[in-house]
Amino acid sequence: MPKRLFFLLHILVHVIPAFFIFLLYQAAINGKLGGEPVEAIIHFLGIGALRLLLLTLVISPLARLRGFGPLNRLRRPLGLWCFTWAALHFIAWLWLDLALDWALIGGELVKRTYIVVGFLCLIILFALALTSLPALMRRLGKKWKRLHAWIYPASLLACLHFWWSLKSGWIEPAIYLALFCFLLALRKKKLANALPW
Amino acid sequence: MKKIPDIKENDVTPEAVYKQRRQLLAGMGFGLAGASLPLSGHAGVFDGLFGKDETASTQAPRKPLEYKQDKSRHGLSLTPENKVLSHNNFYEFGTAKTDPQQNAQGLKLEPWTVEVGGEVNKPGTVDVSELLQSATLVERIYRMRCVEAWSMVIPWVGIELGAFLKQFEPTSKAKYVAFQTLYDPEQMPGQRSRFVGGGINYPYVEGLRIDEAMHPLSLLAVGLYGKTLAPQNGAPLRLVVPWKYGFKGIKSIVKISLVEKQPPATWNLLAPQEYGFYANVNPAVDHPRWSQASERIIDNSSVFEAKRKATLPFNGYADQVAELYSGMDLKKYY
Repeated sequence: MPKRLFFLLHILVHVIPAFFIFLLYQAAINGKLGGEPVEAIIHFLGIGALRLLLLTLVISPLARLRGFGPLNRLRRPLGLWCFTWAALHFIAWLWLDLALDWALIGGELVKRTYIVVGFLCLIILFALALTSLPALMRRLGKKWKRLHAWIYPASLLACLHFWWSLKSGWIEPAIYLALFCFLLALRKKKLANALPW
Repeated sequence: MKKIPDIKENDVTPEAVYKQRRQLLAGMGFGLAGASLPLSGHAGVFDGLFGKDETASTQAPRKPLEYKQDKSRHGLSLTPENKVLSHNNFYEFGTAKTDPQQNAQGLKLEPWTVEVGGEVNKPGTVDVSELLQSATLVERIYRMRCVEAWSMVIPWVGIELGAFLKQFEPTSKAKYVAFQTLYDPEQMPGQRSRFVGGGINYPYVEGLRIDEAMHPLSLLAVGLYGKTLAPQNGAPLRLVVPWKYGFKGIKSIVKISLVEKQPPATWNLLAPQEYGFYANVNPAVDHPRWSQASERIIDNSSVFEAKRKATLPFNGYADQVAELYSGMDLKKYY
């Protein structure tokens, strides 16, 4: 794969998610998301995180193609951006919707199944983001691989969170779930060895 | 009436700037991100970011109404008109909050008739344009509590549902009132596609017990903020029952029937464990998805200044309506 192309992709992997956050902010303060953009902001960040997770998992099957090996180096920035969006999604819910009412937040985190599932997913993504530092990667050695295999259960949790969060309808989360299942099926062998349990 | 300044988005973002932005985006191919799932309920957000931002200039016209003002504001501060017009649940036009404003402007409102029948001595058809001339139009400033745990304060204009129904002389068999929204897939994209319409079975139907319908707080609204309803708010005629969750307020009504048995209600049919027939605002009974103990107030503050307040039993109308339910287990009949 040409070095220049890789360089461009590497830049886009950072620029696009950052630029979309900027656009979201602009759209929200300019009233383009309606007079009351809380739900739109939360959904946009949530769906965005899900799409970034999907992209992160698309990388390694693509990198197996002849000459595309360097793509693997994009997994880390994509994964970190996925965590960033998921964290912003969570923060937007805490701050813009629940108005930082901690008693309410504590209750919701325990009582609502879709929120429990989403929060579990966020914790996993947080652990993966923390351990993506190169120094920690080296120190964890083999354990690092096992730990990072948690991205697969996390992707299924993310789909469940999306599905159960909808008041009605199931088609869109089902599409995401199918895409993730396809990406997981491409790694059947690896999964059999690397599953964390 | 106090004049509320009418801010158009062109006032905030100069047209040239956003056109330029869009060209920039198109040039970089970012529009594709929004196009990857074009029918998605969340596409509304992408529309907000990348296009369809001319809504302010393409709003269906709303006619000024003559009505008796509501002078007792009950200490409530009104939700700004632009928020009432741009934050709607009307799944017939899409599931995102901004979808109805974007997709409903073409709804054909004239002529519009409502058929009233069932257990009445004088069934009939009402022409809504005649209703608009009616001398009995009143303003009602009501709290509006959505089951999704947000709330507004809206100055509705309409007629008391009870007074409206009495013209048709309900019989002694009329124990409930059933309502139905327009079914017109050609005009309502959510009825054409399950994807757009959130998988609900249409037409939307709702119902009230007869004593609820006859209660003086129950309103058949034809307007808000002194003008006729916008399509996204349920023009030309919708139900407003301020002590119940917002989904009871069925929009764009074409049929009202007085019936003997409890009529079906759309959300109740879809998820009976989540949405009851009564749907009275009750902070003590949580929805499986949301705590109902408090609500996010939608007022004139910015998105970054979120405020919540404790939700009141019967949405603050307990002293007027609680007696309708005396002896009923409100945890069972939620």
